[in-house]
Amino acid sequence: MAEEKKKSDYLVEVHDLKEYFPVRTGFVKTIPLKAVDGVSFNIKAGETLGLVGESGCGKTTVGRTLLRLYEPTGGEFYFDGELVTDKNIHSLRKQMQMVFQDPYSSLNPRMTVEDIIGEPLDIHHLYANKKERHDKIMDLMQLVGLNAEHATRYAHEFSGGQRQRIGIARALAVNPRFIVCDEPVSALDVSIQAQVINMFEELQDKLGVAYLFIAHDLLVVHHISDRIAVMYLGRIVETADADELNSHPIHPYTLSLLSAIPIPDPKTARASKRIILKGEIPSPLHMPSGCAFRTRCPYATERCAAEAPQLTDRGNGHMVACWEK
Amino acid sequence: MTEMNTEQMKNADQQSVDEKVKHNEEDAILSVRDLHTSFFTEAGEVQAVNGVSFNLGRGKILGVVGESGSGKSVTAYSIMQILADTGKVTKGQILYKGRDVLKFSKKEMEEFRGDKCSIIFQDPMTSLNPTFTVGWQLREALRLHTQYKTKDAANKRAVELLEMVGVNDPASRIKQYPFELSGGMRQRVMIAMALACEPDILIADEPTTALDVTIQAQILELMKDLQKKIGMAIIIVTHDLGVIASMCDEIIVMYGGRVCERGTADDIFYRPCHEYTKGLLRSIPNVNNMKEKLIPIGGTPINMLAMPKGCAFCPRCENALKICLTQQPEEMEMPDGHYASCWLNVKKQYEEANANG
Repeated sequence: MAEEKKKSDYLVEVHDLKEYFPVRTGFVKTIPLKAVDGVSFNIKAGETLGLVGESGCGKTTVGRTLLRLYEPTGGEFYFDGELVTDKNIHSLRKQMQMVFQDPYSSLNPRMTVEDIIGEPLDIHHLYANKKERHDKIMDLMQLVGLNAEHATRYAHEFSGGQRQRIGIARALAVNPRFIVCDEPVSALDVSIQAQVINMFEELQDKLGVAYLFIAHDLLVVHHISDRIAVMYLGRIVETADADELNSHPIHPYTLSLLSAIPIPDPKTARASKRIILKGEIPSPLHMPSGCAFRTRCPYATERCAAEAPQLTDRGNGHMVACWEK
Repeated sequence: MTEMNTEQMKNADQQSVDEKVKHNEEDAILSVRDLHTSFFTEAGEVQAVNGVSFNLGRGKILGVVGESGSGKSVTAYSIMQILADTGKVTKGQILYKGRDVLKFSKKEMEEFRGDKCSIIFQDPMTSLNPTFTVGWQLREALRLHTQYKTKDAANKRAVELLEMVGVNDPASRIKQYPFELSGGMRQRVMIAMALACEPDILIADEPTTALDVTIQAQILELMKDLQKKIGMAIIIVTHDLGVIASMCDEIIVMYGGRVCERGTADDIFYRPCHEYTKGLLRSIPNVNNMKEKLIPIGGTPINMLAMPKGCAFCPRCENALKICLTQQPEEMEMPDGHYASCWLNVKKQYEEANANG
């Protein structure tokens, strides 16, 4: 996908991102675990891209590699037209932040809420005096729906939903334009999930941030995303507008993934037929040749084993990587 | 209490309509009456379950939904008598074929557990022993509870069971340790173990929460198949409304250790009569209109140490009445075996009666 890079078009441009982890298999021998193997996508300012897939498909690694929590093995990441490198990542983190899955382990239990939210401000020197720091923290807490008296409390005093609000306030502290949300609601109760999802949407309307929304709950992803990318074993197999993907999925993996969602609506659930996949995800240490999905795919042919399919446009930006469909 | 007419069952599951028979309280294989379970902690008594009643018909699937702290798992553990040391059933009855499980002797209880009633847990990694092979653990269950007393016979049966739950290459799998299996495979082994003694009742406590959607679909399908084949009754405990929408004969919705609503899937999803159920349904994405804004339930989940005096859901309920603060609502029958405990229904009924003179 060689595109002309126009600064205005996309906020986030990822080309052929690769992340291999060395795995020791013997005394000195290591083999690469291809967690992310050539992933490309773009996100516009103020847009939400949903990233879905089963556990082990590399969706979390994509998010973490973008923020250089892992050193990428290959590929390029342009943020607002600027190539992200080791040199400029520190200053770029003012514009890119992350919200983690587990609101219990991602907050330091020895720090007060004020210090947790204030830490990014300290790191990036975003205040002139103590009063300004305090005011900024209060504004952020109000923005995410926390009371001012919570500021001096510790993380363990809060429920899961409130902790996630603290995590979001921390991410928003530097006024970012792009937030990687790694399963931000999956640790929360159903009735609390809706509160946090609505907050993400309101913040986007208010502040114009773009999200990479990583989750395994497809209904939630469909609800919040403008576009969705489906990952399987380190590669994107299909990407399209959220509604288009759900109404006209093309890739056999997307089809079975969508049909496997337990639908909270008895009539629809009874009418829909599940496409049950045989077997399980192969180990990423021993990836099948060609198309990674071919071992579980009902349509697999010899060509799928020989050659990996590339993403091709099937109209209106609906990209699919499949030989047969 | 759970009498259903045939018309409703037709709605509930059209494919297996022939297999359905009328059942009533005498027919129930398990009948829980006014169950109260408390945990006695340093911080005080935590009333996890406060008066739960339900009947489980022979070969039926009952879904129990609720958030964390609703008492759904504690109800399941109370039935199996596998509560933590601090936990105790303080009131109520659990009748298995008319006999109270709570009055069973230690020996009878051992027989009941596994033989008559089995449980599978959420996390298959922590519920299998990592130091023994899968085969060893299956054989242990078989030799303790069934007629397969010799190692060879038990081994043969173990392979059969693994085959039944869809484990590929069972003969070599039984020599493997749990860590060598994937999450879905481990859950299958757990199910095989639970089925070893062909129990009348299978309790599944969040059986698919730790699994991926495609594997979840496989496991749910497997449970449905086995229920048809073996005819056991299943209790599915879950927080996922999607899981129970398509497979349960009856659903009970729990909040704060109480049942707030019970009925068929259609009753619960299309005619919810309790404010909590309504709120829960509004807070998940609408399948038919994905871009519709979610309406969350305000507030935070209940604090079990300080239970409200009246309706447990009252502090989070937008339409709460004065009476909700002070008095617990009684269960009231909405038409046809659909029950809800909410004062608003009482008010509505009263108003309707007045309007009609």
